[in-house]
Amino acid sequence: MDWTLPLNASTQGEMIDRLFWLILVITAIALVVVEIGVVWFLWRYRGREGRRARYTHGSAVAEIVWTAIPALVVIFLGVYSGRLWAQIRGQNSFPEDALTISVVATQFEWNVTYPGADRELGNGDDFTVRNRFEIPVGEPVIVRLESEDVIHSFFIPQLRVKQDAVPGMIIPIWFEATRTGEFQIACAELCGLGHYRMRARVRVRDQASYETWYQEQSAAVEAAD
Amino acid sequence: MATIVAEGTGTPVLELEHEIPFIRKYVFSTDHKTIGIQFLFMSLFFLLVGAVLSVLIRYQLAWPGKAIPLGSALPETMAPDGIMLPEFYNSLVTMHGTFMVFFAIMPLLVGVYANYLIPLQIGAQDMAFPRLNMASFWISVPAGLLMLASFAVEGGAAGAGWTSYAPLSARPDLSGVSLGQQMWIISLVVLGLGSILGAVNYITTVINMRAPGMTWFRLPLSIWALFITAILVLLAMPVLSAAMIMLLFDQTIGTNFFLASEGGQPLLWQHLFWFFGHPEVYILILPAMGFVSEIIANGSRKPIFGYHSMVFAIIAIALLGFIVWGHHMFQSGMNPTLAMSFMISTMVIAVPSAIKVFNWMGTLWEGSIRFHVPMLFAVGFVMMFVIGGLSGIFMAATPVDIYIHDTYFIVAHIHYVLFGGSLFAIFGAIYYWFPKMFGRMINATAGKIHFALTFVFFNVTFFPMHGLGMGGMMRRIYDPQQYEHIAGMQDTNVLVTLGALGLFATGLFFLVVFFYSLFWGKKAQANPWNATTLEWQTPSPPMHGNWSEIPVVYHGPYEYSHPEMERDWLAQNERPDVVSPVAHSTADGS
Amino acid sequence: MTSHAATVESVLRRPEPGLGVYDKKVGMWVFLCSEVMFFAGLIGSYVILRFGASTSWPMPGEVLNVPITAANTFLLICSSVTMVKAFAAIEQGNQRGLRGFLLATALIGALFVTVQIFEYRELIHHGFTPASGLYGASFFTMTGFHGFHVTVGVICLLWATQKAFRGGYTQEDHEGVEVIGLYWHFVDLVWIILFTIVYLI
Ligand code: HEA
Ligand code: HEA
Ligand code: CUA
Ligand SMILES: [Cu+2]
Repeated sequence: MDWTLPLNASTQGEMIDRLFWLILVITAIALVVVEIGVVWFLWRYRGREGRRARYTHGSAVAEIVWTAIPALVVIFLGVYSGRLWAQIRGQNSFPEDALTISVVATQFEWNVTYPGADRELGNGDDFTVRNRFEIPVGEPVIVRLESEDVIHSFFIPQLRVKQDAVPGMIIPIWFEATRTGEFQIACAELCGLGHYRMRARVRVRDQASYETWYQEQSAAVEAAD
Repeated sequence: MATIVAEGTGTPVLELEHEIPFIRKYVFSTDHKTIGIQFLFMSLFFLLVGAVLSVLIRYQLAWPGKAIPLGSALPETMAPDGIMLPEFYNSLVTMHGTFMVFFAIMPLLVGVYANYLIPLQIGAQDMAFPRLNMASFWISVPAGLLMLASFAVEGGAAGAGWTSYAPLSARPDLSGVSLGQQMWIISLVVLGLGSILGAVNYITTVINMRAPGMTWFRLPLSIWALFITAILVLLAMPVLSAAMIMLLFDQTIGTNFFLASEGGQPLLWQHLFWFFGHPEVYILILPAMGFVSEIIANGSRKPIFGYHSMVFAIIAIALLGFIVWGHHMFQSGMNPTLAMSFMISTMVIAVPSAIKVFNWMGTLWEGSIRFHVPMLFAVGFVMMFVIGGLSGIFMAATPVDIYIHDTYFIVAHIHYVLFGGSLFAIFGAIYYWFPKMFGRMINATAGKIHFALTFVFFNVTFFPMHGLGMGGMMRRIYDPQQYEHIAGMQDTNVLVTLGALGLFATGLFFLVVFFYSLFWGKKAQANPWNATTLEWQTPSPPMHGNWSEIPVVYHGPYEYSHPEMERDWLAQNERPDVVSPVAHSTADGS
Repeated sequence: MTSHAATVESVLRRPEPGLGVYDKKVGMWVFLCSEVMFFAGLIGSYVILRFGASTSWPMPGEVLNVPITAANTFLLICSSVTMVKAFAAIEQGNQRGLRGFLLATALIGALFVTVQIFEYRELIHHGFTPASGLYGASFFTMTGFHGFHVTVGVICLLWATQKAFRGGYTQEDHEGVEVIGLYWHFVDLVWIILFTIVYLI
């Protein structure tokens, strides 16, 4: 049983993991201080014959100290997380002219639509694959999330990507894969009896094989009409 | 001078109490003590229900698709020949969360102890509105039974999670559940009404019926916590009711508040639900914190450390609780800039919580600690709540939440705060006030065994969930095997389930201990823990009307180990001439 | 010791109210806070839905009959006045005044509900229903729940009236009247807000 984060395959994943471990260290310190402190006090001040508790209603100094320290820590964490958040989800964090893919969730599958020859969504020549999500490595990708029925959540653990798909909304997110490989899309929002099996293949390909795959697919569309 | 009123009038009353036939005393009573006890039995029953559901959940997660032992007893619509259906799993999760939050923990904290303690601890004879009080109980019972009945109806019980996100919860055609979902809504609206009536009663009582000398800053922290909690219930519940009614209309009469078609907004449901939902989770922890303060002061034989900052921390947590709801919606498609502000307010809540944790440690420091069973659970609370609280910080950090949102990391958090927190405190409270409620003690050895087993199995069950969450295991999934990144962690899932079974067995052990002590436990005196607050200065159990005469309060609530007495406790209603004026003025913390 | 410490105050059956206000009144104020949040929930949702709405929102006059409802609003305000008068009367120990004005208040309230019911029938007749879009949904939900509150108020008022006719209230003790009054004024206030945002804006 390896309790750790799965291998990370995206640029944002690096930031997220760094922050995760940072918080883990900080909270671990807080945790040790409290747990050790409690246990030590329990043993050190256990009731014994003749010893009497110290009669005190508190100490202003102590109070200020243990109000100030956590305050500083959380302010630091808040600011730091805020900065990362802006880089991941902030409106102006979105890369220019990135490959834009539309993902439409329905009970219980993922419909992924790629722009056709004109390299942008809409205008007829797009092609759609079901439960398959192919992206090039080392290139930012924008996903426009939609849902046709209920709320689903687009989750790719190894890319540290998660975003709800909400009916009536088009929600863009972006990410950049850093290594090729095969992963899974999982649905992370309860969406009905098929929620537990609403998965899809993710294939992060190197540029070349992505191109060939892309050509085949769009060619297929051309052929179709 | 060490004699207290109870020893004067206690015993005879005790005898007298026992001649009143059980039934007549315990059904349609307006006595706040009886109503508190009625709530206790109701909510323990629902706690058991929630526990049974959780065991079914765990069985499925450890051995997906294996036939449940005796499962063939279940109807085809739930588990054909013992093998659980996905839709039934969804109902189990939903109902487990619903029962635990609304029908077990909330009534245990508020229904039971607000009713039982408020009049006794502030020195009143009953609630301000006894009949209203009875109503609030008899409203809650049918609500719970309705919820339970929903398992039996066509389409099964609600299955959209205890958060019932629309549109899933609003569209029978998409969820396959219609009547069950509607019963879920109606049940909670009814329960909400009951809680609001209760809250009105508690608030009025605390404001208006404090005994002479019981100034605001002489109130026991349990009362402060219950008072602030009542305000949270009062202001948060109606918003849930409003949302629920809109959801019900979407379900039944074809409105479209939460349906994307024709401009409805699915996210509106989430905003309304969590505007209630986050205050709700503080409703589920503040009273627990109050009881723990009470018990730790008593167990350490020391005045609580920093009484005033404890009070302000409670108030601060309650206020902040109203402006953090968005932290449940970081991945919902809510405006990212808005998410940023919710993150900050959420993190700030760590500060008042820290104050409380460190003040409890300060109370232990240089105490003379008694390890009675309530104390064990209270200390267990501090140790476990901190874990749950700290895991909250991970989720509060929006970027990290991208990954751990809706994974078992959240489930771990839930249970560390709600079980390691609330439920530990509740067990402590049950052991602490049992003698007062029933005039009998719970056997200490049995209690210590119960604590040890609970503590161990609790951590075996829920600590590994952090690991599952880090591994990326999603919540509310019927079959983990479906995913490559989770399949490798099946052994952890089995471990968790074994822990859960142990925990459940421990629960049953407690059930036995509880009922045994109820009838055969040894008789309790008025003040078995040598405690200072008012409820201990009257017989166990107190007579109807609580006092032979209304007590007069001269001190703060936790005057333990006062240097000028050789007895190590000084009741709130003991005369000033017992102690010097100097000590007296420090006593009310001014 | 306390048993001997029976000081003057401690033998009181019940201490002075902490606020110098009697329980029922405190209770009603507290309850009204909860009611405020309930309507805040509904009205807040209305505002969010309306300004988030992609489709254009109908203009005030288009579907709803403003003049009639304006008259109805005026009725409700009058009923608040009669309520005040009822209370003033009993303060003077004027029983006849109390009975008259209580009854008046109840009747006007009932009239208000009746008018509202006819308004509903008209609207539904013209195909404006809870199912016909967000506007209908929020209109019927908000005004409906207000109507429900008025109805409850009327029932309480009728109960108070019959009590008054049996001389149940005296110049010294008429808490009931004041408490129902509080509720009634609140319901009235809510209506004025609803009327403004649903019919006028
Ligand atoms: C009793 C109930 C309870 C309590 C008290 C809390 C307390 C907190 N909760 Fe929790 N929460 C829940 C019950 C509770 N929660 C439930 C039921 C859910 C899931 C709902 C659902 O989706 O089903 C949830 C979900 C939840 C989420 C949403 C996660 C997601 O869905 O993605 C978040 C995110 O911010 C969060 C944060 C917090 C924080 C910051 C606190 C803070 O109040 C904790 C503060 C306490 C401490 C921090 C520890 C003590 C402090 C110290 C030892 C000082 C040192 C500390 C530092 C310097 C950091 N909680
Ligand atoms: C206070 C609340 C509370 C409590 C105590 C528990 C207790 C338990 N929960 Fe709870 N759980 C929730 C609140 C709680 N849970 C919530 C809110 C959710 C989210 C639901 C959702 O996603 O919608 C959840 C979800 C949840 C999941 C996630 C399901 C999923 O996402 O797919 C799991 C899985 O393991 C789980 C397991 C357990 C287990 C094994 C216990 C065990 O600890 C149970 C052990 C047994 C006892 C604690 C009973 C002991 C007492 C008695 C036997 C009574 C004695 C009677 C008398 C004395 C008369 N819970
Ligand atoms: Cu789609 Cu869960
Ligand atoms: Cu929260």
